[in-house]
Amino acid sequence: MSLIRYQPLEPMAWPSLERWSNLRDDLNSLFELPFWSSFARQGQLFGGWSPALDLYQDKDNIVAVVELPGMRKEDIEISLHDRTLTISGERKSQTSNGEKAERTERYIGRFRRSITLPTRVDANKISATYRDGILAVTLPKAEEAKPKQIQVTVN
Amino acid sequence: MNTLVRENRDADRAQNEQFVAPSASVVEAGDGYTLEVEMPGVNKEGLEISIENNELTIRERRSLPTVEGTLIHRESRPENYRRTFELDPSIDADKINAKIDQGVVTLTLPKAEHVKPRKIAVS
Repeated sequence: MSLIRYQPLEPMAWPSLERWSNLRDDLNSLFELPFWSSFARQGQLFGGWSPALDLYQDKDNIVAVVELPGMRKEDIEISLHDRTLTISGERKSQTSNGEKAERTERYIGRFRRSITLPTRVDANKISATYRDGILAVTLPKAEEAKPKQIQVTVN
Repeated sequence: MNTLVRENRDADRAQNEQFVAPSASVVEAGDGYTLEVEMPGVNKEGLEISIENNELTIRERRSLPTVEGTLIHRESRPENYRRTFELDPSIDADKINAKIDQGVVTLTLPKAEHVKPRKIAVS
């Protein structure tokens, strides 16, 4: 075995080193793109658009908060079947002729999102607001689902 | 004219604050580009758009609706949004225009006069 003197590589010998580093950054950044976060959320690759939905509850109401940027109020439909709340609608394309899409990450078309509510709600008293691209649906709990205080008399 | 609005994703990566890159769409029309960025929960007050070194950065702090009660199911991301786009050299940075409607920021990026197609008369 012979010992060879260690020669560090000179940067000049690797003119394309920076390109490799860029490639690495590009690969890393793939995982930060919206695609991956929505992929994780939907659990399916080509499932269209599944808007993020948060649920809150207090003793009288359940509130569903849904991210629906860029919709028209008229194009949002809210329906309730038993304990299943469904929010659906259509986002229309605003691209006209003579325009060329260079990058399309925004979803265009119909979407549908359902969630099972933890308790029964009163379907007649549902109200909703749409502001800054966020839909908030307030669903009053049905009387029988509200927590009750039962008085026990001890003799 | 293919290069147009390229993202620059690794700027400021060292910073501690976490951001979410919002979804964006870019459309080219004859005399400019339209950039649409989805930022649900954002209004005019929370929005900040800056241009530096031919890079356009959108960042915002979202104001979530105040809802009474406890959170029992969450899918939304708590982080603020940020995304940087590299501008095509043909864009006239002084004439960029922005508006926000129902959580979508629409930026109009007109091309500079000197890059628009024109006919040259031969005398």
